[in-house]
Amino acid sequence: MATRQTGAKKIRVLPGFKLTLGYTLLYLSLIVLIPLAAAFVKTSTLSWTQFSHDVFSPQAMASYRLSFGASLLAALVNAVFGLIVAWVLVRYNFFGKKIVDALVDLPFALPTAVAGITLATIYAENGWIGRFFSSSGDWHLYFHLPAIKISFTRLGVFVALTFIGLPFIVRTVQPVLEDFDSEIEEAAASLGANRWQAFWRIIFPTVTPALLTGFALAFARALGEYGSVVFISSNIPMKTQITPLLIMTKLEEFDYAGATALAVVMLVISFVLLLAVNLLQWWASRYNTSNLS
Amino acid sequence: MVGEPLQHEQFIMTSAATTLPIRSRFVHHRSTNEPPLVRRLLIAVALTFIALFLVIPLVSVFAQAFAKGLHFYFQSIRDPLALSAVKLTLIAAGISVPLNCIFGICAAWAIAKFDFRGKNILLTLVDLPFSVSPVISGLIYVLIFGAQGWFGSWFSDNMKIIFAVPGIVLATIFVTFPFIARELIPLMQAQGRTEEEAARVLGASGWQTFRRVTLPNIKWGLLYGVILCNARAMGEFGAVSVVSGHIRGQTNTIPLHVEILYNEYNFTGAFAVASLLTFLALITLALKTWVEYRNTELSGTAFAPLPVGKKAG
Repeated sequence: MATRQTGAKKIRVLPGFKLTLGYTLLYLSLIVLIPLAAAFVKTSTLSWTQFSHDVFSPQAMASYRLSFGASLLAALVNAVFGLIVAWVLVRYNFFGKKIVDALVDLPFALPTAVAGITLATIYAENGWIGRFFSSSGDWHLYFHLPAIKISFTRLGVFVALTFIGLPFIVRTVQPVLEDFDSEIEEAAASLGANRWQAFWRIIFPTVTPALLTGFALAFARALGEYGSVVFISSNIPMKTQITPLLIMTKLEEFDYAGATALAVVMLVISFVLLLAVNLLQWWASRYNTSNLS
Repeated sequence: MVGEPLQHEQFIMTSAATTLPIRSRFVHHRSTNEPPLVRRLLIAVALTFIALFLVIPLVSVFAQAFAKGLHFYFQSIRDPLALSAVKLTLIAAGISVPLNCIFGICAAWAIAKFDFRGKNILLTLVDLPFSVSPVISGLIYVLIFGAQGWFGSWFSDNMKIIFAVPGIVLATIFVTFPFIARELIPLMQAQGRTEEEAARVLGASGWQTFRRVTLPNIKWGLLYGVILCNARAMGEFGAVSVVSGHIRGQTNTIPLHVEILYNEYNFTGAFAVASLLTFLALITLALKTWVEYRNTELSGTAFAPLPVGKKAG
């Protein structure tokens, strides 16, 4: 590699560099870059008052609050339970482990519309899970608990976003736990650390960069999610309307300028998140090589 | 925490230990394992979480689909509108998967086998569609090809794109754009270019080198990418929903057909058609697990589980 970069740089043994790179750039531009640029160009034709009217309207602000709040909460819950799932899958043996491991990817493989109608149905008041939280549920009669409605509320939005985000945490944390050296733990134990100390002071710091990456990925995915949320949310403006749905509503009203203004705000946020994920992965790789290998 | 002098010893011990399966290294040592009670509790918490969010939804799809019996189930699936939705979904996936496959191979060849400036920027740009909301993925094509769009007037005279089949295909290509490329790039980077260079020196043509040397090396990674790309192409809802005209029998894909049935309160019909997509998801997971297994058997390297991925470069 070193000689190639310095001495023999001009001589390329392998053919097809210009062809493949040219095709890559052409295809990338036609499918991704030019269409995305269209959104920014369209927004630049708006006046500032028009833009701020669309972007800071009370309805838009309420949708940001819901989208950000529910995505953050879902990513947090996934960070906790995803870490436990990854831990259990790497460290313990139990019946059906292989199936559980394969099933973790279900939210990637299951189309979002199917996830949406399914979650809406089982978390509805008469659904398989929702009935335990509704006022007619047995638990509520015995323990006088307040009834909780899940489907068609903000809680439903949170449930859908949790479903969507689960694999991100598990699949980023799992390889780090698998690569973890048991010798380090043994060293900690022989130096007198108890199990909790070994986890908290040794294992957890090693997993942290991966956990943060997974968290950021789950959060970013949840922000843009549409298919699974529209079915489980009642989609009432100011209450249960997420930002992607607000964009959809504006499109259906043929308010292309308003929809594009909101889209640009979302795009900028996702690009910032993408940058954050890249920085986290860079940090994680540095962390791993300096500490583990 | 680990002192500097330990590093070397530790390295030797690690390389010896890696020949053992990971599991046996943890299970038998008391010092590196939790008390049984904690272990069982953690397993219980993990399984409850998986059951609530994954298993119960999965089972309920089929329970709902067969709620009115087998006859109604097959009637819902054999409905002409459902069949036309299946056909359109197959067309969209049939065009977008091969196109993204060609792109993925080209991008991976250029990025993995050659050095050039701006490689990292190119890698980030390839990943871009993953971070774009599906609704926005559809919207950008409406802005270009819609009635008020850049090329809208030209295309509305000659060929309809938005609210028609080409728009659906374009949106599907966009959302599945990175899938195959991001599997192949890290794989081909890890394999290096010495084998291809040897083939060239021994007199193979460029095409022969690719077909006889590169392709056998990347076939499992390629298959893995195609499986995931196909699952997303057939299941995409948000982006396709924006560009589809929602005309029954003409511009409805399977997920859009599910939505229409559900919104008409034909729940059993919606779940019957949704069960087709659920079968697809289960087949995808099974194939994916099988390819992962085959690949680790053969080479010991792991794939990037999507869309998390190990960043190449």
